[in-house]
Amino acid sequence: MARGPRRTGVSSNVAEAPNRRDFIHIVATTATLGGVAAVAWPLIDQLNPAADAVALASIEYDLSRVLPGQEVTIAWRKQPVFVRHRTPAEIARARAEDAASDMKDRATDASRVKAGHEQWLILLASCTHLGCVPTFGGGDYGGWLCPCHGSQYDTSGRIRKGPAPLNLAVPDYAFLSDTKVKIG
Amino acid sequence: MSEHPSTYEPGSAFERWLDVRLPIIRFGADLMSFPTPRNLNYWYTFGGILAFCLAVQIVTGIVLAMHYDPSGAGAFLSVNGSIMRDVNYGWLIRGLHANGASMFFIAVYLHIARGMYYGSYKAPREVLWLLGCVIFLLMIVTAFMGYVLPWGQMSFWAAKVITNVLGAFPIIGKPLTTLLWGGYAVDSPTLNRFFSLHYLLPFVIAAVVVLHIWALHVPGNANPTGVEVKSKDDTLPFHPYYTVKDLFAISVFMIMFAVFVFYLPDALGKADNAIPANPLKTPAHIVPEWYLLPFYAILRAIPDKLTGVIALMGAMGVLFVLPWLDTSKVRSMRYRPTYRMYFFIWVVAAWILGWCGSQEPDGQLIHGMTTFTLIDYDLNSVTWISRFSALYYFAFFLVITPLMGLTETPLPVPDSLYTPVLSHPAATPAGAAAAPEMKG
Repeated sequence: MARGPRRTGVSSNVAEAPNRRDFIHIVATTATLGGVAAVAWPLIDQLNPAADAVALASIEYDLSRVLPGQEVTIAWRKQPVFVRHRTPAEIARARAEDAASDMKDRATDASRVKAGHEQWLILLASCTHLGCVPTFGGGDYGGWLCPCHGSQYDTSGRIRKGPAPLNLAVPDYAFLSDTKVKIG
Repeated sequence: MSEHPSTYEPGSAFERWLDVRLPIIRFGADLMSFPTPRNLNYWYTFGGILAFCLAVQIVTGIVLAMHYDPSGAGAFLSVNGSIMRDVNYGWLIRGLHANGASMFFIAVYLHIARGMYYGSYKAPREVLWLLGCVIFLLMIVTAFMGYVLPWGQMSFWAAKVITNVLGAFPIIGKPLTTLLWGGYAVDSPTLNRFFSLHYLLPFVIAAVVVLHIWALHVPGNANPTGVEVKSKDDTLPFHPYYTVKDLFAISVFMIMFAVFVFYLPDALGKADNAIPANPLKTPAHIVPEWYLLPFYAILRAIPDKLTGVIALMGAMGVLFVLPWLDTSKVRSMRYRPTYRMYFFIWVVAAWILGWCGSQEPDGQLIHGMTTFTLIDYDLNSVTWISRFSALYYFAFFLVITPLMGLTETPLPVPDSLYTPVLSHPAATPAGAAAAPEMKG
């Protein structure tokens, strides 16, 4: 590239008062930035969930098929959800450990189930570390062990050990009857 | 070297006509005659090998895209059914593409290690190094998205885990993952956009490669001595000397590549990826592809989510600042024996991290042994081995590299890059004593 002689151009005095040209520059720059933002937002927002994905709001599930000690994994909003029918021993262990000192995200077992339905533990089955589905029966707390990075949850789905920061989340749900639950 | 005068003479009337309008032949001729240090060894052929890898990935990838169905319902079958069984030579093209990714990473790791060993990142080549780091990051993103496309179990859970990595950041994390997913979980929209980006990014890589080569051609190549080119005698024209050398290296590389494609096509993959994606069940043992294992081990070594993610990114990010962490005036580790030792330990630490990443998170080095515990550290556990290796990984960059430049005594550096060439045993007449200090 040949470099031409440096052009000094029209000298501009910094101390001068704003003139018509400054005004035009400001208006043009603002309009351009506004225009870019107005075009950029639809291009970014199209990545967000589309209306058909948002529409998958709630599901109903018949609990009568899940016997004590059993657990099913069902899909809600395409996310796995655990529906666990806890045994009295699991409930007792969860309640006994309410005050355990290694609790990272303290919550009582009672706050994670619906009163009168303590045997039903309904949880988002995504490890709060990086989203894997934990497997029941592993770890030292009688609950779940995440196969990816070794987080351990107790029989209330509370995080006890490993890299996950939070307890397995409890989705919004309500009992329509003793055997029917509505999630979402 | 930027001042390297053009030696191109237009040979015909057409070339003269074109030369004043679009001097593209001159451009190519100048690339070919580019003065290159005469002492480049085979570690310097990985640039050419990488260009070859990128070309293979783009050509095979474009062909595969013609047969691929980027939908949650159809992706798995289009890869494992259609491409692998029905499309003519589909098995070969996919074998080249899938194994090509691994070959690409073998070459890029050796290329990066060569740059570190010979101090190629130092002034005035920092921008060249930075562009290389950008290419490396783009490669990781592209390879990750490509790994998701077959939509098997490993693909799906890789997508889930890696997108959740971004969710570790406070405030922006959650909206960012939703934005990536296009839903409440990894699903068909995620696959679709990953396919789109996987097609785009290689061309972005190609563009950064152009900048990388441009930045190479401004100061010219570094070389194993780290001594700058001082005269024309120190250099050879790129063609035929290095075109031939690179082509020979590429040929050897292709033999290894072919061994994988034809004899071990699935050796680098995971059997779980032959199971269609199931959002309700995570495979019992998930690991990333081999080339990401060290970073995965660093992520896992740290018991806190956000810190782990920051360490994972820092392990790649620290490469970017290497030119400013290295305080030594001497470029090449040939003349830095102490630092070289620390570098080799770093290479070993990276390998150990890779091994740790491939193990189960609660695994042990020697199964069943529990006695090897120092205070609270179980040195037999994968977790603690990862922690110590990760500590060294970072300490090498952040502590050893800055300190070594200030404290070590380097060996004498030759006056010119030509001196060791002349005194090399191969250049010495029979019977004459070789200079032992020039070995290596």
